[in-house]
Amino acid sequence: MSIPTSFSLSCPIPISDYPTVQLAHGGGGRLMNQLVERMFGATFQNPALDARHDGALLEIGGARLAFTTDSFVVHPRFFPGGDIGSLAVHGTVNDLAMCGARPLFLSAGFVLEEGMDMDELWRIVQSMQAAAAEAGVQIVTGDTKVVDRGKGDGLYINTSGIGLVESGRKIDPSQVQPGDVVLVSGDIGRHGIAIMAVREGLEFETAIESDSACVAGLVRELLDAGIDVHCLRDMTRGGMASSLVEIAGTSGHRVHIDETVIPVRQDVRGACEILGLDPLYVANEGRFVAFVAPEDGERALEILRAHPLGQGAAQVGKVGAQGDGLVTMRSAIGATRIVDLLSGEQLPRIC
Amino acid sequence: MKFIDEYRDPAAAQQFAAAIRRITTRPWTLMEVCGGQTHAIVRFGIDELLPDEIRLVHGPGCPVCVTSLELIDKALEIASRPEVIFCSFGDMLRVPGTKGDLFSVKSRGGDVRIVYSPLDAVKLARENPDKEVVFFAVGFETTAPANAMAVYQAERAGIRNFSILASHVLVPPAMEALLSSPDCQVQGFLAAGHVCAIMGYTEYEPIAAKYNVPIVVTGFEPLDILHGVYLCVKQLEEGRAEVENQYARAVTRDGNRPAQEIVSTVFRVVHRGWRGLGKIPSSGLGLTPPYAAYDAEAKFGVAGITAAEDGECISGQIMQGIKYPHECPAFGTRCTPEKPLGAPMVSSEGACAAYYRYRRVVV
Repeated sequence: MSIPTSFSLSCPIPISDYPTVQLAHGGGGRLMNQLVERMFGATFQNPALDARHDGALLEIGGARLAFTTDSFVVHPRFFPGGDIGSLAVHGTVNDLAMCGARPLFLSAGFVLEEGMDMDELWRIVQSMQAAAAEAGVQIVTGDTKVVDRGKGDGLYINTSGIGLVESGRKIDPSQVQPGDVVLVSGDIGRHGIAIMAVREGLEFETAIESDSACVAGLVRELLDAGIDVHCLRDMTRGGMASSLVEIAGTSGHRVHIDETVIPVRQDVRGACEILGLDPLYVANEGRFVAFVAPEDGERALEILRAHPLGQGAAQVGKVGAQGDGLVTMRSAIGATRIVDLLSGEQLPRIC
Repeated sequence: MKFIDEYRDPAAAQQFAAAIRRITTRPWTLMEVCGGQTHAIVRFGIDELLPDEIRLVHGPGCPVCVTSLELIDKALEIASRPEVIFCSFGDMLRVPGTKGDLFSVKSRGGDVRIVYSPLDAVKLARENPDKEVVFFAVGFETTAPANAMAVYQAERAGIRNFSILASHVLVPPAMEALLSSPDCQVQGFLAAGHVCAIMGYTEYEPIAAKYNVPIVVTGFEPLDILHGVYLCVKQLEEGRAEVENQYARAVTRDGNRPAQEIVSTVFRVVHRGWRGLGKIPSSGLGLTPPYAAYDAEAKFGVAGITAAEDGECISGQIMQGIKYPHECPAFGTRCTPEKPLGAPMVSSEGACAAYYRYRRVVV
């Protein structure tokens, strides 16, 4: 661990640029990346945090534990395919799974706004318990706060989770090797479009359902089959593109993907075309990207596709020999370009 | 996906590219007018398929990029008022004015909302009678009919707490301004297909004749653009200068008459300042006298606001096709999508942002 040689009181995010927090600071793009790296990462630095994984890996009394946290502020609270309660369980459980851990225990913190409908809260809590039971985790501790009416958005949930890393194998961006194949566990972009459709009152012939799901079981099958998994990441905010850009940057290896083989459902593609969005940057809540040793690629795909949550799995690219930490993509018409983080959330285009 | 995949077929793209190579005998500089086309060219790497002789330069057709600093400052002033709900299309929110952008107004407590249609803003006005709802009416001829319809409907429904900040711009005057410039290097145009879907293309016929320049009305998918380039190069090689319609599946010569009617009912042609290009006579749309009550500039008394552009930003030269984004000394260093000096670095249709996002390392 490097010890800071000088101590600075000045804010690491240039105040002149952003004297106030912007929505884009939470949008999963470059501004959030800068906030996390320069303010939080630089201040709290330690070996577990510096690994920049979905959760921290900790050795305690001989056991290897994964520890992670996530907050859920989604609006609408109920959407096709899930709700804020199931999402709060899936998000944290999936982060643990991405560390190669078996999720065990969760905490749940509720920030409730005065006036929140009690029946709605009850349904959300029931949904959380159902998701927890399905994922095989217990919610073992919690906290409740109520804020004045108008000071919250009905309900925010924070969950933290602990999982046990049973194998001695390390799964994080540092393990990515040239030649690794890049797999996604299913079609991308469904969660983001499902949310946006409800939020903006967009109607399609059939409702697009969120992909929100617990993928710990799917990851467990890969690991139990002895697949040489090098890195995993759930493709949440910022979508598949942001996950790949982060892994490429942290590992220092070039990741090359092929636009024509990325699985996107027709209805999601259609919605993206209408709204001027790129499905590569649209959020998922039950999809992950896996970097796997090339000799295990085919077998990993078979295992994923045999599972109900991985039926749409596909190989989307591989890790190249160039050590430049970039993501490049072969476009639909056969030209190559780079894939980068967005500044913040994707903004619908004018025309 | 039907009607999309057909126009992104890699084998057909290669065939078009080969056909363009076959007919090209010398260097030609073409300008695609519309930012949506620029975005597609860079996103799909269409220019990589073209022979070295064909140079594509990126025109002034991104509404976000050409909206003047002055209008952005007026928007920021109006959006900051406590009684206002300020509505805008998404990608206007990050365009820098003299002091910050609409996102920063929002973070300081301004009620700034993204809408998908100007009619949503009218609905907000109906639902919030104690608020003033202002819609930032930006765009070319493509968005003008919907914005005109919003004003028309508000007037008919007697909704008085709605107004628009009109910053509409028109393509033909901008093309003429470019062609009249002594620095102009453009030999042929790919005209903006969606603008022509509304307006038709009769307006372009005198321009093609006067400046002896081929103009091909072109769509937005990779094969549309390659086909447009083919038709334009063919004209140049054969010494013709005509208006041709590549985008016949959406565009007719006369355009969409009802859309044109609502536009001419609500809007009239006015002089307009363009970011990076300066004032172009008769190049914008403002409200006609019967709808003057819906003019946010007058309603909020911001007509007097003026602003000078950042001297370092060369967006004007980029939008005239004189320079490429990466030829700007500030590109990727002092000017990035997170901290843009000028609007072309903001919008997904802006030439600088497209180069930054897709080309940073290649150039």
